[in-house]
Amino acid sequence: MSKRIEVRDLNVFYGNFKAVADVSLTIEPKTVTAFIGPSGCGKSTFLRTLNRMHEVIPGAYVEGEVLIDGENLYAANTDPVEVRRQVGMVFQRPNPFPTMSIRDNVLAGVKLNNNRISKSDADDLVKKSLQGANLWKEVKDRLDKPGSSLSGGQQQRLCIARAIAVSPDVLLMDEPCSALDPISTLAIEDLIDELKSDFTIVIVTHNMQQASRVSDKTAFFNIEGTGMPGRLIEYGDTRTIFERPSVQATEDYISGRFG
Amino acid sequence: MALVLSAPPAMRKLSRGTLWAVVALSLLLSVGFFSLLVLSGASKDFNIVGAILVAVILYIIVTFGMSRFVEGRRKATDRLATALVTSAFIVALLPLVSLVYTAVANGINRFDGDFFNSSMRNVVGAGGGGLHAIVGTLEVTAAATVISVPIGIMTAVYLVEYGKGRLSRAITVLVDVMTGIPSIVAGLFAFALFALFFGPGIRFGIGGAVALSVLMIPVVVRSTEEMLKIVPNELREASLALGVPKWLTVVKVVIPTAIGGIITGVMIAISRIIGETAPLLIICGMSTSMNYDLFSGRMATLPVFVYTQYSNQGTDTQAYLDRAWTGALVLILIVMVLNILARILSKILAPKGSR
Ligand SMILES: Nc1ncnc2c1ncn2[C@@H]1O[C@H](COP(=O)(O)OP(=O)(O)OP(=O)(O)O)[C@@H](O)[C@H]1O
Ligand SMILES: [Mg+2]
Repeated sequence: MSKRIEVRDLNVFYGNFKAVADVSLTIEPKTVTAFIGPSGCGKSTFLRTLNRMHEVIPGAYVEGEVLIDGENLYAANTDPVEVRRQVGMVFQRPNPFPTMSIRDNVLAGVKLNNNRISKSDADDLVKKSLQGANLWKEVKDRLDKPGSSLSGGQQQRLCIARAIAVSPDVLLMDEPCSALDPISTLAIEDLIDELKSDFTIVIVTHNMQQASRVSDKTAFFNIEGTGMPGRLIEYGDTRTIFERPSVQATEDYISGRFG
Repeated sequence: MALVLSAPPAMRKLSRGTLWAVVALSLLLSVGFFSLLVLSGASKDFNIVGAILVAVILYIIVTFGMSRFVEGRRKATDRLATALVTSAFIVALLPLVSLVYTAVANGINRFDGDFFNSSMRNVVGAGGGGLHAIVGTLEVTAAATVISVPIGIMTAVYLVEYGKGRLSRAITVLVDVMTGIPSIVAGLFAFALFALFFGPGIRFGIGGAVALSVLMIPVVVRSTEEMLKIVPNELREASLALGVPKWLTVVKVVIPTAIGGIITGVMIAISRIIGETAPLLIICGMSTSMNYDLFSGRMATLPVFVYTQYSNQGTDTQAYLDRAWTGALVLILIVMVLNILARILSKILAPKGSR
């Protein structure tokens, strides 16, 4: 259920603009990896290359390789749709489908793909996914209400439930807590800790405490100036990065001296 | 201390009652004035529009003056702006009310069972009805909708979801040009097109539907495009990130999210074409008897019915005029009913419960 990600010499472009340069790193299965760095250094951009969501933007493309258990995502014969089924994503702003009920939101991955599923299987999947996202207790009596009737934090957990319902191998989260209150944030951090046993998780965050709380490994990205590409500066165990970083820029950033 | 005791001028307010009294007074004055004009013989009929206009102007001046005196300058300016905006709305409404009033007043004479039960077959004087025209209008409009809506929606989907570069820019320009085509040209186009296949002088309902489609498609494209554009990109990305192919994302996420607006747009497009006369005159022709078959024979439609009743008044002039007005009234009613249906439909289908 969870897989190793290897990135080799990845360059990411928006048209002529090179947003991220020369990233190489390996993410182990069943770990939580945090991406940190100042705004605009390309964390989101890089994250989106891991499930080929980057190329959805007109003119955007990628050079280099991303291997998931040895298979290159960017090989000529790889179908991006297949990749996205393996690598799920949770966005910065909760985005449940407004036309669908809570239940249908969880089943979206199945239903939107026109897959048949029996009622009892669907019920099980909804329950399992919502439990997985720590939302079941709060919504079990109103599964037929629209997804947008939930609070922001609940919506975000609904989006997580929706993402894990298609049982991906990897879960990407782009600042999943930035629109949430401290309590919902804690709920999601706990959730990440639980999900770790099933998924490989990559999370982008601006919150240093969050990174140190939830992640096993941390990658620090930085940018030299506007118009320059973002680069991976340092990558290692979270404790090492936070306590004994080997690069001065990392230390400056973590201790709040810039960014 | 003195400040606290005497309320500052800003605290004094004109009450709602006073404002309504001003409304009543200005109406009374203005109506009185225009009645006087009629009584004295200066004008022949009582001028409703003029009376309302004068009342509105009177109201604006009086409230502004009163408010300036009682409430101070800031509040007076606020009242002036409110009064101006409200009266602009009323002025905009006047022609509509007047039109509906005229249509009802004149159309009610023949708004009877006969009108909805009989055609004009073998009718020369009074009597007869517009059933054939009603059926024709419904059929031709339905056919035009069936042709235009899929083409229009698919074009819009292409432009918003897939098209980039030359082709989509070219289509956008073409749609813009199509929006400006005079309706008579659309009729001539359909006529020329079908004359190629069926020989000159061809007249049938479906030809009218094609002509109307030429007018309808650009409206559907434009409105659908706008509606698709306001679907948040996040929803598309959410769907794609679940491993849903793009086309399914469009069909099952984007379009359902926008469906309320799309239906409204289609409705506006239908209202735009249902009253078209010129193209139907050319390619549908006119008939006095029932014709349910879109694919053969001349077909009557309400606008053309109204036109012919009005332009070829027989000896019993009033009967023809009455039928014309009733035809017009029925047309207005059909548009209204369609509008209400569309509203209900888009209420049902639109995304629910967003906070
Ligand atoms: N759709 C786009 N088109 C062109 N350039 C983009 C696009 N999205 C992002 N960029 C550029 O790519 C660079 C990296 O942006 P990205 O969103 O990845 O930063 P980030 O590290 O996620 O920042 P933040 O922490 O503020 O979210 C920025 O210079 C940005 O201007
Ligand atoms: Mg970002």
